[in-house]
Amino acid sequence: MSSRDQILAAVKQHQPEASVLPSLEGLSGNMPGTLEAYRKVLEGLGGSLFEIKDESEIPALLAEHYPHLQRIIRVGDEQRAWINEDPHLLEDVDMAVVPGQWGVAENGAIWLTEAEIPVRVLPFICQHLAIVLPAGRLLPTMHEAYEKIGAPQTGFGVFIAGPSKTADIEQSLVLGAHGAKSLVVFITAG
Amino acid sequence: MNRQTADHATLADKFNEDEPRVDWHDQTLWWVRAKRDKMAWSIPEWEQLRETASAIKLNALGNLHDYLVQFEQQAIQNGAIVHWAADAEEHNQIVTGILKKHGVHHLVKSKSMLTEECHLNPHLMANGIEVIDTDLGERIVQLAKEPPSHIVLPCIHKKKEEIGELFHEHLGTPAGNADPQFLTAAARQHLRKEFLQAKAAITGVNFAVAETGEMVVCTNEGNADMGAHLADVHIACMGIEKIIPQRKHLGVFLRLLARSATGQPITTYSSHFRQPRPGQELHIVLVDNGRSRQLGREDFRNSLKCIRCGACMNTCPVYRRSGGHSYHTAVAGPIGAILAPNLDMKDYADLPFASTLCGSCSNVCPVKIDIHQQLYKWRQVLVKEGYTTAAKTAGMKAMSGVLSTPAVYRTAGKMGRWVMRAFPGMVNNRLNPWYKQREMPAPPKQSFSQWYEKNKKS
Amino acid sequence: MKVGLFIPCYIDQFYPQVGIATLQLLQKLGCEVEFPQGQTCCGQPMANSGYEHLTHQCNSLFIKNFADYDYIVGPSGSCVLHIKDHLHDPAAETAATHIRERIYELTEFLTDVLKVEKLTARFPCKVGLHQSCHGQRGLALAQMSELVAAPFSKPEQLLRMVEGVELVPLDRQDECCGFGGTFCVTEEAVSVKMGKDRVADHVKHGAEVITGTDVSCLMHMEGILRRQHAGVKVMHIAEILNQNIHEQANS
Repeated sequence: MSSRDQILAAVKQHQPEASVLPSLEGLSGNMPGTLEAYRKVLEGLGGSLFEIKDESEIPALLAEHYPHLQRIIRVGDEQRAWINEDPHLLEDVDMAVVPGQWGVAENGAIWLTEAEIPVRVLPFICQHLAIVLPAGRLLPTMHEAYEKIGAPQTGFGVFIAGPSKTADIEQSLVLGAHGAKSLVVFITAG
Repeated sequence: MNRQTADHATLADKFNEDEPRVDWHDQTLWWVRAKRDKMAWSIPEWEQLRETASAIKLNALGNLHDYLVQFEQQAIQNGAIVHWAADAEEHNQIVTGILKKHGVHHLVKSKSMLTEECHLNPHLMANGIEVIDTDLGERIVQLAKEPPSHIVLPCIHKKKEEIGELFHEHLGTPAGNADPQFLTAAARQHLRKEFLQAKAAITGVNFAVAETGEMVVCTNEGNADMGAHLADVHIACMGIEKIIPQRKHLGVFLRLLARSATGQPITTYSSHFRQPRPGQELHIVLVDNGRSRQLGREDFRNSLKCIRCGACMNTCPVYRRSGGHSYHTAVAGPIGAILAPNLDMKDYADLPFASTLCGSCSNVCPVKIDIHQQLYKWRQVLVKEGYTTAAKTAGMKAMSGVLSTPAVYRTAGKMGRWVMRAFPGMVNNRLNPWYKQREMPAPPKQSFSQWYEKNKKS
Repeated sequence: MKVGLFIPCYIDQFYPQVGIATLQLLQKLGCEVEFPQGQTCCGQPMANSGYEHLTHQCNSLFIKNFADYDYIVGPSGSCVLHIKDHLHDPAAETAATHIRERIYELTEFLTDVLKVEKLTARFPCKVGLHQSCHGQRGLALAQMSELVAAPFSKPEQLLRMVEGVELVPLDRQDECCGFGGTFCVTEEAVSVKMGKDRVADHVKHGAEVITGTDVSCLMHMEGILRRQHAGVKVMHIAEILNQNIHEQANS
């Protein structure tokens, strides 16, 4: 008998009587889905937020706040050779600018998938990360987010909430562990 | 394992020799508990969320067979390779087998308490394979050649000066530098090299969704992703109890997990792995290792609802003052004390007694496991199975005899108090563990019963 | 209404004044109270040590002593909880059920059954209230800090009826004192450390007297306080609530 059969047989034998799944109604309560609520949480996580009318404002804002960037990748740019290259070659990316699908006000997280980031490692390997999100894509809680996200459309997706961090050394919070050292969110109209 | 030196009371006693350090450990973890409270109070529906999570997990346990089959089907359709391991040894062999097949002698691993439970690292080493733990806390204890002491905060027991010394020795940082910012940056450089070189990456799994075959891995550091998205082989190791029914249930668990664990609204990354990257191999190892047996224990099966948040450890007054290593098992604290006896009753018979049954744990648990009730029930099981001493049993039988016979009880009480008054040295001495740091209660001349007898007419 | 007075074994033997205060308080509040002389112990020390199977005789004895009362009241949260959770006797299950439904810890009896709204008691002291765990989390004598729920506290409610009592705040509302039954000697180091920390919280906030619903906790904290020569006293809440308005308070 294979381990698979052994395990499944044991589980079937030992599992308790099946119970009903609970409803998820009302779990969001009155949590706000506003830009102010989202901004407050994101800034508390060490991220920063700019409201812009148009994506064309981004290069100037980056130049102002991140003056020493060498290699910038913008998903949506014409030079997309990097998409087909070895992902290891992205290791010198200083700033990656990627689109986001949905933002969650309760925890500052933004959902994005392979549809937004053609190379999975991009938002992790870059030194700094910028995500562009339309204001109308802000939701109150994770419940609304999963409702909107629906079934998986790609092989990988991720909620990103702020810059990478750790508090493993005496609970001292340090921003910038293995992922991006900072996160800037550009909120566009619409 | 040498039971004499390895039991919780002995190890906790040792831990308490350094009182300032105990204070530091206790206050640090209490602060994490306080952060959890603040987060919980920011969600008016918090208790409803806990109840919902508990009910979802109960449904998962009641349909575990079918959900496992569904998960496997979906995962295979998604292009993953699914393995089943009956126990820790088989898990280790499967993982080693995959790595050997790909000629991997050096790889990275992100946090997986399951691999700790299975003692994977030493097994890999014995097979000539070096594994680098990439979670900063885990890397620190790896360099210190210690096991993690907490499932979420692996090196909570280490002071920054000690970490500075370790980094000086192993990473070449300047001697005496204990600045967390500096040390973290040094670890970033060191581990970035590892990520870029690693052909294989092992990750844990926080939640596995039966409906979609996807696995969610939650980190603050991004180390699971840096490993998995660059490696040719991604091996995801999970206990079979990590299954949840549907994708939308992730909303419930992701709202509870980080708030309960560290008092954050969510971890920086909640990565949903469904398909391997084109050209990559994705292996999923489903591990039993006693879980199906625990599933059959009516009193203890709810322990399988655990989402490994560590909130019970942070709130436990005993854990905070004895440290994770006193539990001598991969998963320590209150949840460890109800999981471990299922793995080995002899080795872990001491754990359910390392508690005052205060009940704080059960009430911070995001999935409402009745931890303190299970601790009480494990005590009954362990005694019944003989994992106690003859002396203790004799003492209890004697106590039962005295307490069942009112006349004997009254006489024993009277005599005991008389001896204490006449010969205080008989109890006020080093042989009496109570007396080591506390005064004995003053023995009154008459018991309440004797007073009542004299005064009840009035 | 006939009340059977349940006096835990260690109160009977070492803290008779708590039993006396409980009896007097209940009588003052108009109860007809009887102390069945054949009682010994609820069996908790054995049960919590894993020897629940040795408590059958204790159970039978308890039922024999208390089956005929309208209410059973005891000055101990943990002992009352133990009876509520574990009192069974296949030979007398109806009586056991009656007792489990009618047994109360002292403070909840006062607030929930007698519905006491005022007390003629006076105790002008700085008092630290220790929330004993089993009573708090098991009997719901007070809200627990772990839950997102409305605060309440039956012992505190009663203490606030006593003239002159000044309740001190604490850093940690409801952390365990570390007594834990046989834990107090089997895990002596941790038990004492927990007790020292609990006591330090009260002392830091100026408590002159530490009180609570369970003498087990108080006994453990008293042992530590006396070893430290701290000068802070412990008193069971019954003793404070029973302080007559014209009596001198213990100093």
